[in-house]
Amino acid sequence: MILLHINGKTHIVDVSPDIPLLWVLREHLGLLGAKYGCGIAQCGACTVHIDGKARRSCRTPVGDALGKEITTIEGIPDDHPVKMAWIDDDVPQCGYCQPGQIMAATALLKEKPEPTDEDIDIAMAGNLCRCGTYQRIRRSIHRASKMMAEGVKS
Amino acid sequence: MNMIINISRREFIKTGSLIGGGLILGVIPGFNGASGQSSQNFAPNAFIRVGTDDIVTVIVNKSEMGQGVYTSLPMVVADEMEADWSKIRIEPAPVDPAYNHTIWGIQGTGGSTSTWTTWDQLRRAGATARVMLVKAAAGIWGVSPIACRAENGFVFHDETKRQFSYGSLVEKAAQLSPPQDVPLKEPKDYKLIGKPVKRLDTPSKVKGSAVFGIDVKVPGMLTAVVARTPVFGGRVKSISDEKARAMQGVKFIERIPSGIAVIADNFWSAVSGRNALDIKWDEGPLAGFSSMKQRKQYAALSKKTGAVARKDGDPGAALAKAVKKLKAEYEVPYLAHATMEPMNAVVDLREDGCDIWTGTQFQSADRNSAAEILGLKPEQVNLHTTFLGGGFGRRANPYSDFVSEAAHVAKAVRKPVKVMWTREDDTRGGYFRPMWYDRIEAGLDGNGNPTAWRHRIVGQSIIKGTPFEKALIEDGIDETSVEGAKNIPYDIPNVLVELHSPEYPIPVLWWRSVGHSHTAFVVESFMDELAHAAGRDPLEFRRELLNKDPRRRALLELVAQKAGWRDPLPEGRGRGIAIHKSFGSYVAQVAEVSVNKKDGLRVHKVVCAVDCGKIVNPSIIEAQMESGVVFGLSAALFGEITFKKGRVEQGNFNDYKLVRMNHMPLIEVHIMPSEEKHGGIGEPGVPPVAPAVANAVFALTGNRVRRLPIRV
Repeated sequence: MILLHINGKTHIVDVSPDIPLLWVLREHLGLLGAKYGCGIAQCGACTVHIDGKARRSCRTPVGDALGKEITTIEGIPDDHPVKMAWIDDDVPQCGYCQPGQIMAATALLKEKPEPTDEDIDIAMAGNLCRCGTYQRIRRSIHRASKMMAEGVKS
Repeated sequence: MNMIINISRREFIKTGSLIGGGLILGVIPGFNGASGQSSQNFAPNAFIRVGTDDIVTVIVNKSEMGQGVYTSLPMVVADEMEADWSKIRIEPAPVDPAYNHTIWGIQGTGGSTSTWTTWDQLRRAGATARVMLVKAAAGIWGVSPIACRAENGFVFHDETKRQFSYGSLVEKAAQLSPPQDVPLKEPKDYKLIGKPVKRLDTPSKVKGSAVFGIDVKVPGMLTAVVARTPVFGGRVKSISDEKARAMQGVKFIERIPSGIAVIADNFWSAVSGRNALDIKWDEGPLAGFSSMKQRKQYAALSKKTGAVARKDGDPGAALAKAVKKLKAEYEVPYLAHATMEPMNAVVDLREDGCDIWTGTQFQSADRNSAAEILGLKPEQVNLHTTFLGGGFGRRANPYSDFVSEAAHVAKAVRKPVKVMWTREDDTRGGYFRPMWYDRIEAGLDGNGNPTAWRHRIVGQSIIKGTPFEKALIEDGIDETSVEGAKNIPYDIPNVLVELHSPEYPIPVLWWRSVGHSHTAFVVESFMDELAHAAGRDPLEFRRELLNKDPRRRALLELVAQKAGWRDPLPEGRGRGIAIHKSFGSYVAQVAEVSVNKKDGLRVHKVVCAVDCGKIVNPSIIEAQMESGVVFGLSAALFGEITFKKGRVEQGNFNDYKLVRMNHMPLIEVHIMPSEEKHGGIGEPGVPPVAPAVANAVFALTGNRVRRLPIRV
C-alpha cells in the first residue's frame, strides 16, 4: 500500500513502489492529464510537480513520491494565470503535450516570476511539441508572468 | 496528396424529421446530447442538431489532430446558420456515408483538404437550418418568412418586435421539409468566417480533460503491447513465454499476425511481460539490410533511365548546347511521423457487435478492416473518433495497421482491450516517409537563363499496393512521388522528370506534405545553385522565371519585403529563400541562420508568407504555418531513420531528435489577402523550410547542402 498526496487529496494505492508514477496516476487513479510520450524523460508530456518542482512522472518510481506533494494538471486551478494565458493565446494544436507544457511553465514561473527568453529556453527545452506550438508557448509564459505581476492570483 | 478517388460527391442527408435513433443518435456515448433526447432535437441534416436548450451541435466529419477543424468547420456552419457562437458544441461524426470525404468517397481526413472540400457542403447545411428555422417562426407568427430575419441564434419579426430563440423552434422546424435551394450569405455579411475566432477545443486541452485514444477506458478493459518483428518482413520462429506468463498482471499471451501480443491488467505489466518473452525471429529478406547498402543501390539506379513523368522539348540537346552545366545529387532519409501520442486503439468486442475508440484519420477503412477481422458486418462496428495526439498522415493508414492489430488482439482474447505502442514501437514500427535519392542537372545559356532541366527521382512508392493505386499511379508514375518536381513552375523550355520506384519491404506512407517534403528541397535548392552559377540574386532569378505566374511572383515579393531581403544582414548571418506550392496553397519562406563551432547551425528567424486563397480563420492559418515550419525544421536539422542489420537504429526522442524550445527561431507569418479558391493549410508550410535553411547555409558558408539532415 502506498499513500500519495495528489492535488490536495490523499490516495492509497496497492502497487509496487517501482512502477512509474505516471502509470499509477493514469491507470489506478484516473488522472489522465499527464500523458505518455516517451517513457525515458525525453519529451515532458508526463510532467507533474513533486514538492513544487517539475518532474517527469514516467521516470519517477511511485515509491519516490511517497509523502511528497504531487500536483498534476488537474490540480492547477482553471483561473491560474498560466491556464488563462494559454487560452488567451490559443496555444494548443493537437493538445497532447500541453498538460506537460503547462506544468513545466507553472513550475518555471514559481521559481522565476519574470523569466527571460533564455530562462524559457532552458526550462522548457525538456518539453517536446510535435505541432510546434513553441512560439505561442513562449508568448503565453510572458503573458502569464505579466498577469501574475498585475495581481491575478496564482 | 491530391487524391481523386471514386468521385461520388454525396450530398448530405436530407431528412427533415425529428431524429430518434439511427444515424446520429446513440452512437457516441459520452457526448452531450447524443442520446436520450430523440424528441428534443431539430436535425435538418447530418451536420447539425439544434436542441430545445438552444445548443447547436455541429457534427464534424474531420479528425481534429491539431489543425483546427473542430473550430474552422463549425465556424462555416454557424456563420451561414446565424447561430450564436457561444452555443456551438461539436461532436465527432460516427462512420456513415453521409460523412464521406466529398472527393475521396470514403470517410477520412488528410491532404490538407478539409476546408475546401466541405466549404459548399457546410455552408448549405448551415443555410438550410437557418431557412427552416425562419420558416418555422414565420409559420407560428402567421407572417411571411421574408418579413423575418435570423441573427445570433434567434429569429426576429421586426415589425411586431417578436422573437424566438432557435431552441424554441425545434419542434416546429422539425416538421418542415428541407428546401432544395437555399440562399447563401454574401462574404461581406460573414460574422465569423475570416476572423481569428478562438478554438473550441482549447479549454479542454488546457484543463487536461481532452480525451485522446490513449485515455479511453471501458469496464473490464485489459491493456496489450505487441512484440513485433525487429526486421520488416520477419516472422516468429520460436517463442518461450513461460516467464512472461508467470508474471503478475499478465493475463494472456497470443500469437497474432503482427507478432506476439502480451495482454495484461495494465500497461506496466504488459510491457514487463513483453520484456520477459524469449522470441527467436526468422528475420526474412531484410536480414543484414543497411541504409548504406540501400544508398548505393539508389545511387546506381539514379544513373539509369526511369519512367517519364514529364517531358517538354529536348532536354538532352539543350544540355549539350548549354554554356554552363550543373549536376548534383540530393538525398533525404526515411522519416518517422513521431506523433506525440504513440499509436493505440481500444476495441470492445461483444457477441453482437463492437465499439472501437481511436484517434484515426481513416474512419471507414479502419472500421471496415476491423469488421472483416472480427467477422462482423461493418455496421455492427461503431468506431468513435477521439482527439488525435498528432496525425501528420500516420493515422491515415490504408492498411489500418494499428486498428487491425487491435482487432486481432480483441478477437484472440474476447475481452475489451487497449493496444498501446511504446515510443520505441512507434519509431521503429514503420510507415515511414520514404528515403529519396535525386539526380538532377541543368544547363544555362550565355545570359544565365536555364534552358534545360533533367531530374531523376528514386524512392519507394507509398501508393503501390494500396486501394489508391488506380487513382494515383498512371503509366508507372506514382503522382505522390513526383508532385512538386513534375510541375516546377519556372519558365524552362526543356524539362525531363523521371522516376524509379524500387520495391523494398519497408512500410512507407504519406508524411505531412507527402512528396513535396522531398521535391521542394531538391527543386528549390537546385534553383539556388543555378542562381549562384548565373551570378544572380536567388530572389530575382526566380522572379524572372515566373513571368507567367503572377500569384507566385507577388508572394515572393511579399516575403522578400517582410524579410528585408535587400537589406544588409548582421555579421555572421546568412539568408536563404524558397517558395513552393502544395495542396492548393503557395508558401514562401526566408530563413536567417548562423553557423559556428559552439552552436553549430542555428536558425534565428523564418519569415513565412502564405497565399491560401480565401480564408476561414487567420489565427489557425498562422498556427499551421508555424507548425509546418517547426515540423520541416525538425526534418532539416535532425530527422533520420536508418537501418543496420535490418533494424531501425533509432528508437526514442534521444536519437530521433525533434526541434525543441531552445532551437526555436522567431517565426513571422504573413497572409496574402486573396479571393481565390481555398487552398489547404495543414501541410503547405512544411516544404519550403528545408531549402530556405539550406540556401541560407550556402549564402553564409559557401557549403551546399545536398543531403538531409543538414550537417555543418
